[in-house]
Amino acid sequence: MTNDQMTHEMSLVLQTKGITKRFPGVLANDHVDFDLYKGEIHALLGENGAGKTTLMNIIYGLYRPDAGAIFLDGRPVDIRSSKDAIAHGIGMVHQHFMLIPVFTVAENIMLGSETVRGLMLDQRSVAARVRELSHQYGLDVDPDAYVRDLPVGVQQRVEIVKALYREADILILDEPTAVLTPQEVEDLFKVIRALADRGKSVIFITHKLKEVFAVADRITVMRDGRVVGTVRPQETNEAQLAAMMVGREVILKVEKGPAHPGEEVLRVENLHVFDDRGVETVRGVSFFVRAGEVLGIAGVQGNGQTELVEALTGLRQPHSGKVVMLEHDVTGKSPRSIIETGMAHIPEDRQRYGLVLPFPVTDNLVLCTYYLPPFARSGMLNHEAIDENSRELVRKFDVRTPSPYVPVSKLSGGNQQKVIVARELSRPIKLLIANQPTRGLDVGSIEYIHKVIVRMRDAGCGVLLVSAELDEIMALSDRIAVMYKGQIMDTLSADEATREQLGLLMAGVKEEQDAIAGQ
Amino acid sequence: MDWRRFGFIALIILVLIGVVVMVGATQVSPTVIVVSMLATTISVATPLTLGALSGIYCERAGVVNIGIEGMMLASAFFGWFGAIYLNTILKVAPMPSLLLGVVAAILTGGLLGLLHAVLSVTYKVDQIIGGTVINILAIGITGFLNRQLFFEKGSIFGGEVPHAPGVLPRFHIPLLADLPLVGRVFEQQPIAVSAVVLVLVTHFVLFYTRWGLRTRAVGEHPRAADTVGINVARMRYANVIIGGLIAGLAGAYFTLESVPSFEPLMTNGRGFISLAAMIFGNWSPFGAWASALVFGAAQALQINLQFFREQIPPQWAFLQQAYIVGLVPYLLTMVILTGIIGKTTPPAADGQPYEK
Repeated sequence: MTNDQMTHEMSLVLQTKGITKRFPGVLANDHVDFDLYKGEIHALLGENGAGKTTLMNIIYGLYRPDAGAIFLDGRPVDIRSSKDAIAHGIGMVHQHFMLIPVFTVAENIMLGSETVRGLMLDQRSVAARVRELSHQYGLDVDPDAYVRDLPVGVQQRVEIVKALYREADILILDEPTAVLTPQEVEDLFKVIRALADRGKSVIFITHKLKEVFAVADRITVMRDGRVVGTVRPQETNEAQLAAMMVGREVILKVEKGPAHPGEEVLRVENLHVFDDRGVETVRGVSFFVRAGEVLGIAGVQGNGQTELVEALTGLRQPHSGKVVMLEHDVTGKSPRSIIETGMAHIPEDRQRYGLVLPFPVTDNLVLCTYYLPPFARSGMLNHEAIDENSRELVRKFDVRTPSPYVPVSKLSGGNQQKVIVARELSRPIKLLIANQPTRGLDVGSIEYIHKVIVRMRDAGCGVLLVSAELDEIMALSDRIAVMYKGQIMDTLSADEATREQLGLLMAGVKEEQDAIAGQ
Repeated sequence: MDWRRFGFIALIILVLIGVVVMVGATQVSPTVIVVSMLATTISVATPLTLGALSGIYCERAGVVNIGIEGMMLASAFFGWFGAIYLNTILKVAPMPSLLLGVVAAILTGGLLGLLHAVLSVTYKVDQIIGGTVINILAIGITGFLNRQLFFEKGSIFGGEVPHAPGVLPRFHIPLLADLPLVGRVFEQQPIAVSAVVLVLVTHFVLFYTRWGLRTRAVGEHPRAADTVGINVARMRYANVIIGGLIAGLAGAYFTLESVPSFEPLMTNGRGFISLAAMIFGNWSPFGAWASALVFGAAQALQINLQFFREQIPPQWAFLQQAYIVGLVPYLLTMVILTGIIGKTTPPAADGQPYEK
């Protein structure tokens, strides 16, 4: 549905006029006009906090607008609750899934719109309807499976079926790709196109530029609560959209000169690691990182990267093998003793492993050093030094926070990541391990984190970058190791590596040309 | 509820019954002892079963209720007071007095449930504090009124403890109670019978009806329930009140079914043991019932051993110490709650107020 004429002939199903919503201290939506045609995939693009989700929550009845009106099929409607929205044929797939892990797929789907026979829930008719919908839209889900056992990509399909079960004609997908692997993203796009082809209208919220080109018919960009403009993908390009989102020119390409590798800072020899379920997820990994270079570890998520990084940082006991950090054998040592050898860690899940969310920014900034002078004096915390430290770091790393004393949970994702970066890089370090450092961040923050990583490299620090984003790996790394099923398939020089080559390695194919056809 | 857990429960009950059989075997036939132990176990497990069911309704909906103890105590008192008032002052016949007393107890529990819902759902007070408020309130109010109404000169009963209308009569369950040997197990009083019926009903409601699905949804993930149009606050109110009503019935057991009198603090921690049974039963009605039976068996041990006090062989002499046997239910609570058998999983949003 990328044809202009077709879009014009289609009818307007949803329109908002002058939607305004004010939260204490923030104007989240400022006279937002937005429209959606039947059968259209309309991307809503903007940085975190641009007001995309607020607008959608208003359309879905979770918030009431302070001003403005919503029209469905040309008629003004008053949507007071999600119940009203559902009745009007609006379905929403939230960024954080609204699924109950201990319920089956069928139970999750019917919840709130149950069919009953007598007193009893009619599980069978629900399962039948779910199968029918699965078949119709190519959304493969098993109604009897428990949601907790399903991978994230399948859970998302359950959410989509849940909306379709309620006969939604308008589907809102809030950052649907944030949690998906590249393959799952491809599958999702197929589903979205299938939905649009069958006359459903889709609003696709994202902050990833590449995705809008892959799937959208039209793109509306929001910034600071306002609509900046609506464009068609064929009329624009990434740089222009990025500038619209951020309000200034953004350098999408990372500027970096050649690396000047020095001595070896980290050496990993034949490392084997088991995960919580006792499955061997790292199976004999060996590599090294030198000072002044970035080693990128590429790979689809879930191929052992998480356990590898946990073993390197002391969070998980390796089963066998050796980790040597600057001549010190740190295999299986405690995180603190590893940190003290000069290792910094930007963890994969910043909210769980990177921060103590209810603690203020000040305390989060000294989590690795609070026991050392000047922050501790004879066993007591020195709050003056801690406060002084945070004032300095907040300024230096440009952390946007109302005050250093607010709980770090109140900060946006990008600023939370800056707090971690500030803490980890303000120590004298020799090695930085960055695991998915830009996941879920907006364009501006990604640019910032990338710059920091290159700056650390140029300052003579070794960097181990683990990322599922191939673009990020290719932009930042000097050497690229590809991990597949717990092993390193190959290590390539970044100058020579091509996307195709890496893609094949990520899929487990090595030097086998005939397998390309299968991919 | 896994089979290991049920197996463990059956084992404890068998051991407890076995002890009594060994002690009393010289005097009474083992069959009689076993039947008597089973009958007593089911009977004394009644308030624990009901208390655990009360907790299941609340916690499955996401509200922790540690006020069950207080709800039971207050209901025991007001049920008792209602029955006596009707019988003594209004001259109602004993049987209707007792039944209306049960109704009064249930309503008392329901009212305290409402109070807990107001505190924890509407005002989002910490639920542990809300429950503690109810426990303290119940102790104070029953102690005070008990003194004022029954023992003060010039009060409605004239300062004399009036004659009680007795307790609820045994209920002869047709067919089952006619069985040879074990028939006695099925001769139970009405609240004990209704506790078992409520176990079945609760299981059905929770896992097979729309109400149950929605209740569990608001206890697991209230926001998910909200986004599909379920009124979280209303579901929580309703379930906490239902929990209160059931705790009220448990209270009635103490003064209208077990003994015809009220003592201050007579619930004696049973509400808390109920919560232990609920947890050990992994928030499922059958699991909770089985766990309640363990505690019931421990108490039955204490009651039955009294008959054989004299016959206790020398090597079991320590059992003559009544307080040691009396400790068994509480020791079991501690042992079981240390989680020696299996992991239990509470509803994910248990105890968390829902903020839109």
